[in-house]
Amino acid sequence: MATRYIPTIGLEVHVQLKTRSKMFCGCPVEYGAEPNSHTCPVCLGYPGALPVMNETALRMTALTGLMLNCKIAEVCKFDRKNYFYPDMPKNYQISQYDRPICEEGGVPLHDLAYPKDAQKAIQHPGKIVKLVRIHLEEDVAKSTHFETSTGIDFNRAGTPLMEIVSEPDIDSPEEAFAYLSALQQILVYGGVSDADMEKGQMRCDCNVSVRPEGTTELGTKIEIKNMNTISGVRRALAFEIERQIEVLSKGGSLAQETRRWDDGLGQTSLMRIKESAHDYRYFPEPDLLPVDTRVFMEEVRKQRPELPAEKRERFVQSYGITDYDAAVLAADRALADYFELAARGTSKPKALANWILNDLLSALSDAGETIRECRVTAAQLAALLSIIDSGTINAGQGKAVFADMLRTGKDATVIVEEKGLKQESDLGAIEALCQKSIDANPKAVEEYRGGKTASINFLKGQVMKLSQGKANPAIVGEILARLLG
Amino acid sequence: MDLHTLSISALQTRLRSGETTPSAALEALESRIASVDPKVGGYLSRNLLRARQEAAAADVSLPLGGIPIAIKDVINVQGDPCTAASKILQGYTASYNATVIQKLRAAGAIPFGRLNMDEFAMGSSTENSALQRTSNPWDLTRIPGGSSGGSAAVVAADEAFASLGSDTGGSIRQPAALCGCVGLKPTYGRVSRFGLMAFASSLDQIGPFTKTVEDSARLLNVLAGKDPMDSTSLEAPTEDYTRLLGRDLKGIKLGMPKEYFIEGIDPQVDATVRAAIRHFEALGAEIVEVSLPHTQYAVAVYYIIATAEASANLARYDGVRYGHRAEDLRNIQDLYIRSRSEGFGEEVKRRIILGTYVLSSGYYDAYYLRAQKVRTLIRQDFEAAFKKVDALICPTSPEVAFKIGDRSGDPLKMYLADIFTIATNLAGNCGISLPCGFAQMEGSRLPVGLQLLGDSLQEAKLLQIAHAYESSTPWHKERPVL
Ligand SMILES: [Zn+2]
Repeated sequence: MATRYIPTIGLEVHVQLKTRSKMFCGCPVEYGAEPNSHTCPVCLGYPGALPVMNETALRMTALTGLMLNCKIAEVCKFDRKNYFYPDMPKNYQISQYDRPICEEGGVPLHDLAYPKDAQKAIQHPGKIVKLVRIHLEEDVAKSTHFETSTGIDFNRAGTPLMEIVSEPDIDSPEEAFAYLSALQQILVYGGVSDADMEKGQMRCDCNVSVRPEGTTELGTKIEIKNMNTISGVRRALAFEIERQIEVLSKGGSLAQETRRWDDGLGQTSLMRIKESAHDYRYFPEPDLLPVDTRVFMEEVRKQRPELPAEKRERFVQSYGITDYDAAVLAADRALADYFELAARGTSKPKALANWILNDLLSALSDAGETIRECRVTAAQLAALLSIIDSGTINAGQGKAVFADMLRTGKDATVIVEEKGLKQESDLGAIEALCQKSIDANPKAVEEYRGGKTASINFLKGQVMKLSQGKANPAIVGEILARLLG
Repeated sequence: MDLHTLSISALQTRLRSGETTPSAALEALESRIASVDPKVGGYLSRNLLRARQEAAAADVSLPLGGIPIAIKDVINVQGDPCTAASKILQGYTASYNATVIQKLRAAGAIPFGRLNMDEFAMGSSTENSALQRTSNPWDLTRIPGGSSGGSAAVVAADEAFASLGSDTGGSIRQPAALCGCVGLKPTYGRVSRFGLMAFASSLDQIGPFTKTVEDSARLLNVLAGKDPMDSTSLEAPTEDYTRLLGRDLKGIKLGMPKEYFIEGIDPQVDATVRAAIRHFEALGAEIVEVSLPHTQYAVAVYYIIATAEASANLARYDGVRYGHRAEDLRNIQDLYIRSRSEGFGEEVKRRIILGTYVLSSGYYDAYYLRAQKVRTLIRQDFEAAFKKVDALICPTSPEVAFKIGDRSGDPLKMYLADIFTIATNLAGNCGISLPCGFAQMEGSRLPVGLQLLGDSLQEAKLLQIAHAYESSTPWHKERPVL
């Protein structure tokens, strides 16, 4: 029987922090600005220039640590990491070596964080992926390779970069996917980063090895780089695990190396072999004093938002919506806020959640918009629901009104008024229509009286048709039941 | 009287009375430079046109209004060359002003002239300059000391009213001693390092060279202060450093560190400094012996920490963005290796290699980490001593200026030139060197320097003590014949 192999995955995630200025100088942080327009003697590493700590970057890193349940160091320090590369103006990077801001902690995974096709078969529901550390460092410049030369854009040089290192605690490409999307959600919740992988705001290096089932010693660790999406990470890992298993099953051996993922080809290829560990000659950065985080932790604690998991739970508890609906709503902080705002104006939060998750989201996705761009405010949606609820219009009319609202941004009552959509609640008129439908459909009546109670829905539909949708369905139901009684 | 010979205070009196003008003072200086600098070799370059414009517009009511100050070639003055006397930065022009330059300008001073030095401030004789030789004005065949040799020589030769230098292990005090002027190394963090090309970040400190102690206090008044651009600058309130000048020394206790009066000191230096100490006694100061027991480790600790920091600080000089770049390059590795091999001098390379070595994995704990621990012990030595005395008194240098070329083949012997100054930088406290007499050496009359070391942020007291000595002795008035 063929040997089964167990993969072990650890991720190093670099996150660009959403600060206004760079980490050690006053230059603005702006994505997509004219190359080399945001530079100064400090971030260009000119002789004599000195770094000055951007405290916001420290606070954001500490906040991330709080959100991920890390231990926050009372005193942390910065170190110089020495190596030569043209994208690094000083030829050393200011980073944190032995005393990072955050240690331990973890990223809680949840069902919806997994890829859609994997949500049915989650191996470890409720898993928390353990972290080793989170530290802060300066980003390097961005190199762009042309045919015969390389351009360097120093706008990115010296922007704050947070490195989140997980334990080798991830068991599958799907779990890696879930880890990254759960992490991304939390980072966005905390307002520390937009964490968009395609924009390079979140970058991920994977370490992956496989070992035969039943053994404990980890296999040869191989690093994969150059994934630009979370699903790219999943695909790269899946490819790499399969490749490693194939090599091993054929009796081959693996070398410790770094491989590059090619998303177009869907495969990894050798970048470089790790001959020996690079000696970065870390030593404490003499231009910066150690940082006492205690002076700002009180304030940072106040900034800690309700996290996705906490929100999900609260939504289920206080609104009585399903776990699934709560998870979808909580996945996007803006969507969750929209829901909560609208919920204040309605007594039926479950119906509201349905509206948002079905009608609103599909309309937005058709239009290619996000909740932030939505023309219908939360209060307007709540008002629509309440006129449906009170019977002024029925649910079917509601959908039409909603479509108009999305297009025009007008209030539901205005649209109802304009279109003369007031629901028919005149009992006499409705009763006449009910009688008409009973008379015209003896078969359904017979079935109903024979015990097939669902047949009443057919009759109800006929009445609605006769009323051109204006009859209040609840009243129709009552009258039909009485007449058939 | 020739204007160029004046101290800052004397010149200022004449400027404010209208007896002379900043322009006249600048021209007097320039003609002095033109006549003696070909012999001394202190200046690397001067921007006379800009200085003339600044002199014409100067406001003499400001603290240093209209007074030219010469600058060591390691401090950035926007628009001026800034090379650290290295080939790797030949042709480099500063794109911004160091904080000290902004402060000088705000006080009305005119930064004028770039001064020669040991390449990247590494050396004790200015012989490591890749650009020029500087001579001691008292004997042109001898070295002016270093690394701020140019800064000391031009003040001693009346080619500058005052200058700025930097002191990493004695680079202000030792050349001041060897050239016979006043050199002050402020407490680490008292003066901003922003704009000072870094040699060893945890040791570097900018300070003034002057003809008198009072001038030193006046310059420190302008230079000192917390700088938001330098995180290591101290958050101490500003003060008037002239406020204690003129007070007597009653109740002042001076400590003679026994480790600083040892065999191997030039006998004339030893005798001259002891005479100065007796003079202090006559002035009413109490002299006691103290001990700084870890002194013997200072040179070793210094050369580990300073070179470690330097190996990273000098990594930016790589030929990629500015400075010297080798030609006919094969690849980026070739660019780095050849640009740096061609651009740096021997001593700089030696220290980069040493610093790289002590930080390497496997050696870090034995060298760098251990050196940091001993550094703490050295600092504690000083703390203990300053609980007993107001200042320490000792020679600045174990010897007087030696002949150019005498030590160039022996870096280790050269390193010992700084044995009395290095520990101050490791501890971070302040120190001053002032003239205390002369030694006769092979027919030359060579200045001897007296060193006073003060506790952190005790510059005012240090200057008071130095001033009491200076105002009762003739040494600071002596000038070399050029
Ligand atoms: Zn900048």
